[in-house]
Amino acid sequence: MTTEQSTLKVAAPSGPRRSGTKRHRRWLPSIFKHAALIAGSLLMIYPLIWLVVSSFKPNDEIFRNLSIFTTNLTVQNYIDGWNDLQFPFGLFLLNSTVISVGAIVGNLLSCSLAAYAFGRLKFRGRNLLFALMLLTIMLPFQVVLVPQFTIFKELGWLNTFLPLIVPKFFATDAFFVFLMVQFIRGLPNEIFEAARVDGAGYFRTYRQITLPLMIPALATTAIFTFIWTWSDFFGPLLYLRVPQLFSASLALKQFLDVQSSSDYGSMFAMSVVSLLPLFAAFLIGQKYLIKGFATTGMK
Amino acid sequence: MSGLGELRTLAVNARRNAGGRRIKEKMPDNRAAFLFLLPWMIGIAVFSLGPIVASLYLSFTNYNLLRSPLEHPPKFIGAGNYLRMFTDPAFWNSFRVTVEFTVISVPLLLALALLLALVLDRGMRGLGFYRSVFYLPSLLGGSVAVAILWRQVFGKNGLVNALLGVFGIDGPGWIGDPNFSLSTIMVLHIWTFGSPLIIFLAGLRQIPDMFHEAAAVDGAGKVRRFFSITLPLLTPVIFFNLVLQMIFSFQTFTQAYVVSGGTGGPADSTMFYTLFLYRIGFLQYDMGYASAMAWFLLIVIAAFTGFNFWLSKFWVFYDD
Repeated sequence: MTTEQSTLKVAAPSGPRRSGTKRHRRWLPSIFKHAALIAGSLLMIYPLIWLVVSSFKPNDEIFRNLSIFTTNLTVQNYIDGWNDLQFPFGLFLLNSTVISVGAIVGNLLSCSLAAYAFGRLKFRGRNLLFALMLLTIMLPFQVVLVPQFTIFKELGWLNTFLPLIVPKFFATDAFFVFLMVQFIRGLPNEIFEAARVDGAGYFRTYRQITLPLMIPALATTAIFTFIWTWSDFFGPLLYLRVPQLFSASLALKQFLDVQSSSDYGSMFAMSVVSLLPLFAAFLIGQKYLIKGFATTGMK
Repeated sequence: MSGLGELRTLAVNARRNAGGRRIKEKMPDNRAAFLFLLPWMIGIAVFSLGPIVASLYLSFTNYNLLRSPLEHPPKFIGAGNYLRMFTDPAFWNSFRVTVEFTVISVPLLLALALLLALVLDRGMRGLGFYRSVFYLPSLLGGSVAVAILWRQVFGKNGLVNALLGVFGIDGPGWIGDPNFSLSTIMVLHIWTFGSPLIIFLAGLRQIPDMFHEAAAVDGAGKVRRFFSITLPLLTPVIFFNLVLQMIFSFQTFTQAYVVSGGTGGPADSTMFYTLFLYRIGFLQYDMGYASAMAWFLLIVIAAFTGFNFWLSKFWVFYDD
């Protein structure tokens, strides 16, 4: 199996599906298989279902009755949870949205610029730089943590969203550069030749040919960036110390601190609220997520 | 298949070219490429390479978070932080917790993903549905909400104990019991096997049908075909997953933080390496010590990865 080719096949618009060569399978093993898979699926998502159902239960019933079948449902948890903290939960959702949008714009711009160079252009030191880029994907973040924090602190950027957004405009998520390079390499050479013959310069080729053709890769990048940024906890924990700037994930953690042993309902309700955007992104972008994921294999 | 494959190809080519003459290639795009790469170059210099060097230097100083390094340059203290680290039982505990977590949960996670990928392969009915259901937890698994949920699932009065109660077993308070708290986070980690599952499925799809058909004609049974065709051809993907999952699991933070309420407890049983590092650097402000820990982590991860690469010679099959 040549490693590059196989990646391209996955990255480029999906090839023909493997045709069912063995249709003469007997039905009994098949039923067992499906029964086991359905049981497994249920086991996998049962905690999530339980979370959603519990968030609609009155507080005193959540742990008294652990079943997900109940008739006694209420939205009181959502009303309480929304207003439980120092600021309404909507503010934290807004903060997370601002950070996520900033990160998405940054990643789309900076990573596509670098990917165009790596994927299409011939220049001195390309292999070396490319290897360097791949290595940074595997770099543990702890080793850059202290100096980065120091830089942002000296710049006076603590308690702003800048440390969480600005690096994205410099392609620090090298993983997406790699994803886009894989995609660009799969595009037919003729298109670029034609553009060159027609007199399109580098920037024009990037903007009018490459970007429109790599929309699937851009979509994958946007969705992954959203999911990672939205659920990021470490970044906000380091840089956002005042409650009005808290991201949703950070605010959620407050419930654990202030929790007066009994109010699980509102904590569950806000957990569900903070998971909803992730779930929506999953539903909308499933196709891109699975494809992009198979290409590069990161989470 | 992957970044690792790319790196390997680059290395192999470099080695091939090293001895012989280099093929003269035209490099017509130097200037344009530089402009397109400029943001990335600034980024890698300011946010990666610079900080790597800086943290190496800082690991030999007494840098304190409360003193600005510009006004009070940190004092060079030689290998002091490293000596302290190697004689600190709390440090070794966090190291042990993280290694134990990685060595147990990563193989289980990959085995489960591989098993399901084999079951789900070959365009079976409902593939899309199962794939989505198994994939969803790996997308949500890193969030605070799920970690909060986990505290309740494995609480004394939680779902797991309710299930055990059906069989008459009185379960422990998993999260609060130092003997079990780490395993609850392992279970959470294994629950996110959907990501490697997707990669395995993609890898399986790359194996040409004709291999299986030819083997079947030659009389090879299902089991034989698995061990002689599927498994060898899948080893690069397994290897890739193994390396990445190990690197990631060494860096576990959010789950440990939320499940233990930020303390690494009970009795430091969930004091993961990164959590310990965070507490040293950002709660005790001892950034010099934290930098030393970060560098030690880098060396350990590099060694682990290098060891994996060395081992891969014996079991990973490349056909180039």
